[in-house]
Amino acid sequence: MMSTVAIITTDNTADDPRQREPLTTGGQTLASITDTVCGVAERAQTPRAWYFAFAISASVALAFFGLIGYLVTTGVGVWGNNSPVFWAFDITNFVFWIGIGHAGTLISAILFLFRQKWRTSINRAAEAMTVFAVICAGIFPGIHVGRVWLAYWLAPYPNQMSVWPNFRSPLLWDVFAVSTYATVSVLFWYLGMVPDLATLRDRATGPWRRRLYGLFALGWRGSARQWHVYERAYLLLAALATPLVLSVHSVVSTDFAVAQLPGWHTTVFPPYFVAGAIFSGFAMVITLMVPARAFFGLKNLVTLRHLENMCKIILATGCMVGYAYGIEFFIAWYSGNPYEQFAFFNRALGPYAWAYWIMVSCNVAVPQLFWFKRVRTTPWLMWLLAAAVNVGMWFERFVIIVTSLSRDFLPSSWRYFVPTWVDIGMLIGSFGLFFTLFLLFCRYLPMVAMAEVKQVLPHGGDCPSFCAHHAQHGRKNGTVPLDEKGGRPHDD
Amino acid sequence: MKKGAVPTMTEYIAQPQVEEPQAVVGVLAQFDGVEPLKKAAANIRDAGFRRWDVHSPFPVHGIERAMGMRRTPLPWLVLLAGCGGAVVALLLQWWTNGFDYPIVTSGKPLFSLPANIPITFELIVLFSGLVAFGGTLVLNLLPHFNHPVFRSERFRRATTDGFFISIEAADAKFDEAAVRTLLESAGATAVEVLQDTTAKPKFPTWLYKAGIVAVVLGLLPPVLVAWYRATPKSLPRIHIIPDMDFQEKYTPQAASPLPAFADGSAARPPVPGTVYRGGLEDEHFDLGRVGGKPATMFPMPVTDELMQRGQQRFGIFCATCHGLAGEGGETGLTSLRAGKRKELDWVLPASLLTSGLRDQPVGQIFDTMTNGLRKMPALGPQIPPQDRWAIILYLRALQRSQNAAPDDVPEEMRDKLR
Repeated sequence: MMSTVAIITTDNTADDPRQREPLTTGGQTLASITDTVCGVAERAQTPRAWYFAFAISASVALAFFGLIGYLVTTGVGVWGNNSPVFWAFDITNFVFWIGIGHAGTLISAILFLFRQKWRTSINRAAEAMTVFAVICAGIFPGIHVGRVWLAYWLAPYPNQMSVWPNFRSPLLWDVFAVSTYATVSVLFWYLGMVPDLATLRDRATGPWRRRLYGLFALGWRGSARQWHVYERAYLLLAALATPLVLSVHSVVSTDFAVAQLPGWHTTVFPPYFVAGAIFSGFAMVITLMVPARAFFGLKNLVTLRHLENMCKIILATGCMVGYAYGIEFFIAWYSGNPYEQFAFFNRALGPYAWAYWIMVSCNVAVPQLFWFKRVRTTPWLMWLLAAAVNVGMWFERFVIIVTSLSRDFLPSSWRYFVPTWVDIGMLIGSFGLFFTLFLLFCRYLPMVAMAEVKQVLPHGGDCPSFCAHHAQHGRKNGTVPLDEKGGRPHDD
Repeated sequence: MKKGAVPTMTEYIAQPQVEEPQAVVGVLAQFDGVEPLKKAAANIRDAGFRRWDVHSPFPVHGIERAMGMRRTPLPWLVLLAGCGGAVVALLLQWWTNGFDYPIVTSGKPLFSLPANIPITFELIVLFSGLVAFGGTLVLNLLPHFNHPVFRSERFRRATTDGFFISIEAADAKFDEAAVRTLLESAGATAVEVLQDTTAKPKFPTWLYKAGIVAVVLGLLPPVLVAWYRATPKSLPRIHIIPDMDFQEKYTPQAASPLPAFADGSAARPPVPGTVYRGGLEDEHFDLGRVGGKPATMFPMPVTDELMQRGQQRFGIFCATCHGLAGEGGETGLTSLRAGKRKELDWVLPASLLTSGLRDQPVGQIFDTMTNGLRKMPALGPQIPPQDRWAIILYLRALQRSQNAAPDDVPEEMRDKLR
């Protein structure tokens, strides 16, 4: 099914906009974009490598559900959590996964509002990543409540006990923030996908594919009246998701910041957590997209320049996170509070110093390599660095939660937390679930927002001259000529 | 159905297919690109058509003006939903935490906006998001699986790289030949007449049957559960969620698991010499009773030190309510505060100087202080017995001083009273 596209050049990372191809490479046309993206989902023969990856991640995901069953039937004692470390891997994993999701919303909503047109090639996959990460995140607080069958007590509903949840508790804010985030992310992702599902429906050859894609495409006809409402709704959802994404990790951070525990009781937490979330999320997008674009032949749509832009965001947010680490120590010293000072002294030099220094080297030192353009444009290298950032950001949450709890106000209750095999199994298992969902997405859904990419095409190649103004611009030697005003068409 | 056309969803489901009378429902025209499409759209608009549409693989900017389309009311609906979210969130938080079941947190007000902002914000976004999505479906009349344009094989390019205009036969100005000419003169590369069956679509019978079977199967489990719960059973019922209802432990009356215990009981008797709680109390000193009746005497020698101690403790524990002189009423600090706060249900503390209290045996005052009386709380847990007796001693002195005759004052001091 896949049609081959003549590649002019795949390197569009030149700093001078006159010397690089805009947004996509390979002289894309409307039809070639559809062919490339739909080709992935329409392959008659599923590649063996996909089966291999799916078999591994699906069995890890199955083991994850097995462990959840073990936990539910036995009790949270199967974890290493014990006084005074009542939050450990469970909440670390929760904050880690919810943070991963934030990059997807940033790409789809915030960059949309800022008119960053390069987002169109990666927003679909990043939004999918958001939805899957939120699924993984939501599991952990759900099972850590202990008696899972009473988790509905979190909801405000009239009951025979005549009590209501405490709406001034950050933990309840969390319930509302995360469930709203999950709902709006799914709606945003699905609404954006409807036109592309219609494309898959219209190209489908077998009756079952046509029925299923047709069902989810809702009978979309690409009519101007539909597009008009659709674009309004998309803009509104972007405008709603933008403050939402900032609020979600701020609320998550108040779970800690509102507590009195030294190491948690910090006003810098909301912005610090949001920066960290975007940092880790972009690292995860790179971790997923570098192999996916190579494996599914999307190099002309998800170009090197997309990856380079993401590396720049990782560099910027990495510096913000490093600044937050520094300012925490400054405030500990400046406050003159001995408990606060001890908490941070203990964090860097205490029994968990190993975790702290893994965090600092992965999150602050490693991203500094992105100052070099060579690193920003070498996919395998940036994949390694992004993987390191993922590790570092997991350890950041571990350091904040476990080091602060393990040495609280009462030295007699101090305890060194050691994870059990179930703790570690569930961490790995959540990755299995995440990759399983992502692999299914890659195989059966449009990985790139085709309608959106078509909208920002520089209108070259052999497509119908639907934009007479730009149709006259030929492309010579992989460069794009200037238009009359000295600017370049349709690229930011 | 036309030969070669790909059937729509509903046709697949509505098996078996039969040839049905067809009627013209519209005309579909294909165009070469965005610019011809816009030009043609302007022509159709000027010709006065109302029931027509433009189809493109991506939103064409400027087409709204070319078509003479009105702006969608969606943003207003979303604004309304956002306001609704705010109202619902604030009412929910006020009613649950501030009114129906007031939760006092660190003495803060029961309803204070800053703490209620996060939930309010989240519900604004949730309501707006749901309406933005739902509104898109409703305003676009989706889902709609059997639109006549899906009859056209050519139309399948509309979601890839095809640009189309469709005019419905339901339009007042529709005339097949005239519309065809209009579209062709507007630059259409292909014009096609859309036909659809005139028969009313029937709901497939197999779906009815499947629905009935599904409902019956779905009702089976709850009926079985209800039946099981309603009928008497000789064995314990299934306990799906055990919580901690059955624990591996021995209750006090249970038999011993080990044969080593001679009495065969799982509960062990206390070791010899064990004193029960309160077993070491002295009736007079700890309970203020002698022979079961309130004591009339102090259990210890009355000294000046005891009096001093009593004065100090009285100032700490008693004077806040009963006043430094023991007059009660509004002389205590708590009454002062209650008055300032206009607490209407405040009961004034009793005077300790009344004749009734003067005549009470010390043992009864001791008991009142230990266990409390009416609104007065029990102070036994806070004041050790020795101090309680000291306070009673000082109270006796207060009672005496407030009801003294001039003869009670030493002779050399009497002159100063005048």
